[in-house]
Amino acid sequence: MAISSTITTPTTGSPGPGGFFVTLAIALFIMLAGIVVSVVCAVAVFAALNAILPDIKLVQAVLVMLLGVAACFGYFWGSNRILDTIYPAHGARIADNINKANSIRPWLFLGPAVVILGVYLVYPVVNSIFLSFHGPDGRQWVGGANYAWLVTDAAFRESMFNNILWLLVVPAAATFFGLIAAALTDRIGWGNLAKSLIFMPMAISFVGASVIWKFIYDYRPQGTEQIGLLNAIVTFFGGEPQAWITLPLWNSFFLMVILIWIQTGFAMVILSAALRGIPEETIEAAIIDGASPLQIFYKIKVPQIWGTIAVVWTTITILVLKVFDIVLAMTNGQWGSQVLANYMFDWMFRGLDFGRASTIALVIMAMVTPIMIWNIREARKDMK
Amino acid sequence: MSTVVGSRPALTWAVHLAVLFLVALWTLPTLGILVSSLRDKDQLAISGWWTALTASERNLVARAAPPEDAQPEGGRWVLTGNVFNGDGAAAAFGVSSREPSAFAAGDTAELGDGATVTVEANGDYVIAYPEKPDGKRGQRIFISSVEPPKFTTENYENVLFSEGLGKSFINTMTVTIPATVIPILIAAYAAYALAWMEFPGRALLLATIVGLLVVPLQMSLIPLLRLYNEVGIGKSFIGIWLAHTGFGLPLAIYLLRNYMAGLPREIIESAKVDGASDFEIFRKIILPLSFPALASFAIFQFLWTWNDLLVATVFLGNNEEQLVLTGRLRELLGSRGGNWEILTASAFVAIIVPILVFFAMQRYLVRGLLAGSVKGG
Repeated sequence: MAISSTITTPTTGSPGPGGFFVTLAIALFIMLAGIVVSVVCAVAVFAALNAILPDIKLVQAVLVMLLGVAACFGYFWGSNRILDTIYPAHGARIADNINKANSIRPWLFLGPAVVILGVYLVYPVVNSIFLSFHGPDGRQWVGGANYAWLVTDAAFRESMFNNILWLLVVPAAATFFGLIAAALTDRIGWGNLAKSLIFMPMAISFVGASVIWKFIYDYRPQGTEQIGLLNAIVTFFGGEPQAWITLPLWNSFFLMVILIWIQTGFAMVILSAALRGIPEETIEAAIIDGASPLQIFYKIKVPQIWGTIAVVWTTITILVLKVFDIVLAMTNGQWGSQVLANYMFDWMFRGLDFGRASTIALVIMAMVTPIMIWNIREARKDMK
Repeated sequence: MSTVVGSRPALTWAVHLAVLFLVALWTLPTLGILVSSLRDKDQLAISGWWTALTASERNLVARAAPPEDAQPEGGRWVLTGNVFNGDGAAAAFGVSSREPSAFAAGDTAELGDGATVTVEANGDYVIAYPEKPDGKRGQRIFISSVEPPKFTTENYENVLFSEGLGKSFINTMTVTIPATVIPILIAAYAAYALAWMEFPGRALLLATIVGLLVVPLQMSLIPLLRLYNEVGIGKSFIGIWLAHTGFGLPLAIYLLRNYMAGLPREIIESAKVDGASDFEIFRKIILPLSFPALASFAIFQFLWTWNDLLVATVFLGNNEEQLVLTGRLRELLGSRGGNWEILTASAFVAIIVPILVFFAMQRYLVRGLLAGSVKGG
């Protein structure tokens, strides 16, 4: 990977720790100069054009997009120019200059990303921990009161219980259906069309999917014609219509169906690729040994894709931990269907208690952390 | 592999049927709202969408003209009129609520005291009294009418122009386009630095980005909301563009870095030998070669921002002017819970763009998913 240093700087090694901070300081300076210049230019052009162009939001959006792109390019181009002016690649100190420029340039490339990641993802983690020890407005120190409240709160326990239920059911069901769909569609001529159609719900928003399924669960009193598909089927077979999403405990499962419906396509696509990657020889050997198709699937194929199954499982698990839109749109946590993310939202906007809401957010974070650590370890193995 | 199954026709059929069943399960829900959104709203309210193509039966109650208006005709007093006040087709009628369809169209029913009523299939009724009747309350007639299936685009006109969905559509576009494009550029440069440039702390930075991939959004909401209020960004489009950029960056950098690291080293080395700078190499070689990865991430980010409800609710708010499609849909679910003609049409407007993008760019979406997941396993 060390192309830049091996080719352009054959003599000197990397700078020491002191040099590293000098490098960072210079990079920071050039970065700030680049950002200021490009943002000021973009804002000026925006102000000038905004006065001429019609006052339509979409026009403004396109303008902002173009200027945003221009400003980004402007920053990267401009900061590079500044760097090349400070350390020109000619003259007496050419080797030293190139060396210094090459140690600064990565930071110019990384600058905006690191700043945005810091502000939008790293700082919030720290700030949330701070807020969880403070009162509703985030100013008054309350010690562990929010955590003590959490332990005794009935609604929190209900959310925790439901979240665990979701965690047990949704990843398992979506992976299972995805595996079945992958195995079956790989065997038939119109498999790709079938895959597209099963994959399609992935493009639908959780709220859109909630409308779709609320229509299926629609309830009319007994005796009138049911327009919800589920109740129509139930009454067709002589059952009694039910208001499905108001049945405690059961309603959670009816909401889970929506997420399974959305995520099965994802599982199918990835598992299908993994199934195709299985070496032919292992399957041929099994055929020669007289294994049935079902045996080949369960004893030869599935064991070879355990790694991918685990990845699919954990990916859906992370999604489930954050499930919010579906519960908000379908029940808003009523009838015993509350989950952590929606409960946090509730305390944030209706309870207006940032301390408690942050504490709930930290619980979600804590549940994600083991997967995060596992991911980092796997990724590091992969990159070595 | 398929040759094994091909030799057993019964099994092949079972596979075809099973896949057909799965496809039906996964497409019928969406088909349901599409069909419903195009149906007449009165029909939609009383019959399931799967009956959309059959004539629907509707029960209604009409009231005949007041008896005192009856005219003498051939020794009897007769009232005439039409139960539909327009067009319609009566299959049966009745004169009491207990038996609303006791008589077929064209039959004559007894009203008591020698009076009779006849309702024709087109809705014309004739009530004949033996003597001059009086009273202002007209006779009730129960009609079960048969309506042919009716389809209309009225629901769409309604939601787009009077329910405010048109405005929300533009708001969603306004959020989505910059929120998709801005992170790509920022991530592309960072990914190049992480893949092809040497600097201390690179491994640590990479590990951090992989870790940030799974940080739940919920963590960021309150701190950022407070930060925005302090800085003065408040609830603005700039704020939500930057928020989506921040939340999309880890995946963007991760996907692009993996892809760029896989590009052949020779191309980059020979460019260096020719005297190209990192900046030129990135712009002229890496960026064009990385198009598939850029497209993959663009679709992810587009679908995610278009379908997002949480970030939009927190950073744009719920005021009428700034409501995005998902927010509007959620509001309609609350306020128009029973009006399925409005909900189904709105839902379809909200999902049609991502579905079209999905089918058009599916190849890149799949590629991106595989790059993000299979490698990690």
